[in-house]
Amino acid sequence: MRGLLPVFRRELAGYFNTPVALVFIVIFLFLAGIFTFQIGEFYEAGQADLVRFFTFHPWLYLFLIPAVSMRVWAEERKTGTIELLLTLPVSLSAAVVGKFLAAWAFTALALALTFPLWVTVNYLGDPDNGVILAGYLGSLLMAGAFLAIGSCISAATKSQVIAFIVTVVLCLLFMLAGFRPVQAFVSGWLPLEALQVLAGFSFLARFESISKGVLDLRDVLFFASIIGVFVAATGVVVSMKKAV
Amino acid sequence: MISIQNISKRYGSSSGILAVDGISLEVGPGEVLGFLGPNGAGKSTTMKMVTGFLTPTSGTARVCGHDVVDDPVSVKASIGYLPEGAPNYPDMTPWSFLDFIAQVRGFSGAEKRRRIDSVVEKVQLRGVLRQPIDTLSKGFKRRVGLAQAMLHEPPVLILDEPTDGLDPNQKHEVRNVIRALASHPDRDQAGRAVVLSTHILEEVDAVCTRAVIIAKGKVLVDGTPAQLRAMSKYHNAVTITVVSPAGPGGEPASVAGELASIKWVGEIEDQGVRHVAPSAAGPGGPRQTCTLVPKGGRPLLAEVTSLCKARGWAVETIGVETGRLDDVFRDLTTRARSEGGAS
Repeated sequence: MRGLLPVFRRELAGYFNTPVALVFIVIFLFLAGIFTFQIGEFYEAGQADLVRFFTFHPWLYLFLIPAVSMRVWAEERKTGTIELLLTLPVSLSAAVVGKFLAAWAFTALALALTFPLWVTVNYLGDPDNGVILAGYLGSLLMAGAFLAIGSCISAATKSQVIAFIVTVVLCLLFMLAGFRPVQAFVSGWLPLEALQVLAGFSFLARFESISKGVLDLRDVLFFASIIGVFVAATGVVVSMKKAV
Repeated sequence: MISIQNISKRYGSSSGILAVDGISLEVGPGEVLGFLGPNGAGKSTTMKMVTGFLTPTSGTARVCGHDVVDDPVSVKASIGYLPEGAPNYPDMTPWSFLDFIAQVRGFSGAEKRRRIDSVVEKVQLRGVLRQPIDTLSKGFKRRVGLAQAMLHEPPVLILDEPTDGLDPNQKHEVRNVIRALASHPDRDQAGRAVVLSTHILEEVDAVCTRAVIIAKGKVLVDGTPAQLRAMSKYHNAVTITVVSPAGPGGEPASVAGELASIKWVGEIEDQGVRHVAPSAAGPGGPRQTCTLVPKGGRPLLAEVTSLCKARGWAVETIGVETGRLDDVFRDLTTRARSEGGAS
């Protein structure tokens, strides 16, 4: 993994060299606020917890994460800097992992900036901070899974627009895998076992239990393995497509 | 230092384009190798394989003893590479970019600062260090690319079209940098090996000690620029201009006709007659100019001057050509193309 740290630092700094970081963070915080207070009716519910806040994260991520992940490799390929990066004494895995971790750290920062909400519920009432911590952890894991999928798609194209759209669609499929209309749609021609496996891929179902404070090891492992598989796939796609 | 062994690259499936077709080359320390060829000849692909960016379809390359297929990271560590078009991160400043490169190359602290300082001095980037690369002129961007390639003082430098798209002054500066790199080794006494690709032939004369012409993925010629020039039909050709030439009997004569009698003259290119009015610079009258192309590149000058003396001609200018590189280039590469087309 030689060169991982410099790649990670350069990537992370790269978000802040452009308005990307500022725009992303402001919009993320703004939308998180709208969803929690307006649509989630945070005050009206009169409960000192962040369930209403976390419930909307999958939907927020669906559009915001692909906007971060789309540039990860597509931009390198477009500007030709991929040739520079991959002829430096950096292993391919270090480049892939370094870039992914930088994107993940960036979204973690955006997520961390929602801390005033945590301060608020602690001021207003007496929430279970363990549940809230589990919620943050689940949210971070889900963001990582979305990012891993997005960086893999980004590696396959030079066009950031294509990367964005394909990532949104793919992430939506993952989210809704266990959703009743999707299940009903495929139930006609899939055996029951396959249906259950498909339902098991549902980000929504798994995130819901985490955000309610049920930190099941299986759910954590699920998101971790989605991240692992797609980061590895990113490496394969980068080495396959770099010549074109 | 660089040993390319029968390297080939086919893009896509087995029926894809064969971009490089079994190239073998050795480049030693102190050599500046000019890699020439028409666009699409396989220059960039070869360089991308030697630098470990692309994996060869067959064959391999060794750089400083490391095999690029088995140990690409060691090869990358001993090479400084300027990819075609000198790509760099537009949002970074030259300073942060070089800082990143230095970190990746494993430098830190005072050593890192010293390296960045010295390379910034070498390519004269001092004034623009804190400006985003995006806002720099093409010449500065190229220098950032060169600085990045030279930062770790590598034993091997590979530069893909280092002067492409620059104005004449910038070209001149970049060539000076390259020449300085090859002749003043920073690290070892043996000097470093430099490979640069170009399709500007004057560049070969300006910086290279050796030139390799490739076309259709194959090496056509490998020699010094002088050897290459000797392959030109204009090697040792004499171009002469005579003022109001007269024949043996004093009558107006044809220079081309008279000179044709010289033994080793092959072809004569008669450039015709030019009339000049008398002036302070010299007498007026017709000037005849022609170029004598020798058979087999033999020297003609002695015989031409003795004939002129015998005829009593006033010679205005006379010159011997060493050969035209672009002629050799065109000749070889178009021949390769037509042969390829016939097969």
